[in-house]
Amino acid sequence: MIRTLRYLGRLGLAFVQRTGRATLFVFRVFAGVPALVVHFDLIVAQLYSVGVLSLVIILVSGLNVGMVLGLQMYNTLVTFGATASLGPVIALSLVRELGPVVAALLYAGRAGSALTAEIGLMKATEQLSGMEMMAVDPVRRIVAPRLIAGIISMPLLAAIFSAVGILGGYFVGVGLLGVDDGAFWSQMQSRVKWREDIVNGIIKSVVFGVIVTWIAVFEGYDAAPTTEGVSRATTRTVVYASLFVLGIDFVLTALMFGD
Amino acid sequence: MTNDQDKIVRIRHLSFRFGDRIIFDDVDLDIMRGKVTAIMGPSGTGKTTLLRLIGGQLRADAGEVVVDGKEVGKLRRRELFELRKRIGLLFQTGALFTALNVFDNVAFPLREHTRLPPALIRHLVLLKLQAVGLRGARDLMPSELSGGMARRVALARAIALDPMMIMYDEPFTGQDPITVGVIMQLIRRLNDNLGLTSIIVSHDVAEVSAIADYIYMISNGKVIGQGPPAELHHSESPWVKQFLNAQPDGPVPFHYPAADLAEDLLSGAA
Repeated sequence: MIRTLRYLGRLGLAFVQRTGRATLFVFRVFAGVPALVVHFDLIVAQLYSVGVLSLVIILVSGLNVGMVLGLQMYNTLVTFGATASLGPVIALSLVRELGPVVAALLYAGRAGSALTAEIGLMKATEQLSGMEMMAVDPVRRIVAPRLIAGIISMPLLAAIFSAVGILGGYFVGVGLLGVDDGAFWSQMQSRVKWREDIVNGIIKSVVFGVIVTWIAVFEGYDAAPTTEGVSRATTRTVVYASLFVLGIDFVLTALMFGD
Repeated sequence: MTNDQDKIVRIRHLSFRFGDRIIFDDVDLDIMRGKVTAIMGPSGTGKTTLLRLIGGQLRADAGEVVVDGKEVGKLRRRELFELRKRIGLLFQTGALFTALNVFDNVAFPLREHTRLPPALIRHLVLLKLQAVGLRGARDLMPSELSGGMARRVALARAIALDPMMIMYDEPFTGQDPITVGVIMQLIRRLNDNLGLTSIIVSHDVAEVSAIADYIYMISNGKVIGQGPPAELHHSESPWVKQFLNAQPDGPVPFHYPAADLAEDLLSGAA
């Protein structure tokens, strides 16, 4: 009994300690952001590796999710004779939920794991330490551009995911199942609201971008500098990032669409 | 005899520990300007730790580490970075940036710390690479270099900002004889031609004896012998003798501390 309590206490302490370290770390990173104005090329390079290289998986998954949505929703709506609502149903599910959430999960798997592994390996091979000894702060030079690039990329990836998803739904719904073309788009246009739906979706994806990239760079920087340490840190990034995205999505949804 | 001006590094009463393990216990040590000084001792005696203490990556638990008149432990971050620009550290692995090619690795400190035009940076980088004999390898990636070449590139990078001092962490370990010869010659030549001060951390007796001006021997957190190489080789200290002559048993025991063998074997019967 006592032992269990002690174990739980230790877990709790470790969690609080790590959260504290991660928070201090992100403050240090943000302190390095102003200096990046001069070094904008560093951010551009990271936008490429974090954002552009994630495009393929985002495009393919977005199209797939949109097509499946079109198919499933049509089957349900057709029994009520409401297939004209197919457009708004697809658009709303994507813009409000699936776009930000699924894109963030894919982003965590594709870019987050790569960030952790890259930074962790730089640590394990003493590149970060060497940089420090050359009087260059690795938090500013290595971590800050990656965090900023992640925060910029995530909403763009989510938007692309939603857009491609809607096209996929259009292809299945209008192209294959014969829903009326005009109804699909006009219903969508009148039912999807800029402020409630699109802006809230963007807010979600920005929040996810911060969370996932933060976890990824922190796990890399905090990894034990060994092969095993880096592999564990990479796994942790994907697991924690996914869990946080799902958990925070529920909270955000409740706040945004709860009433 | 010598005044403090000649001492680029002055360590007094240094104590340092990792958790319960005592790494240094009241160590005094001086590095003279313009000389090649070696720190020797068995693996795991904290030789690398000493370099990190001098470079300010670790802080002493007690005592002081003074580098070029500044106490490292008390410097603010900005001052510490200013000091580090004048110290080159050569890691055992080279620690080259794997994402950059040889040229960009050497150019890195110049691009970070100076506002020189690209043409001038190119000149400087090529000259530094020339000094280590790798001007022709400028377009290679670190993964394409042999261990010895990687160390030479790292050396070119370490001298890019024309430091006052270079610290070498195990520069000879795991290298073939030719490479060892090359690195030895480079250390000596750079030291004398560029007016540097060099600190070598190593346990390779023959190489170090050949190029060092002065040797400190460290074991169990204490300095247990010091002097010019020739003098040390005539030392009466059993510990210094064991180390320099590579004897398997002596003050440093062959056996890790354990219970008596017979007892140990019998007790396992149950």
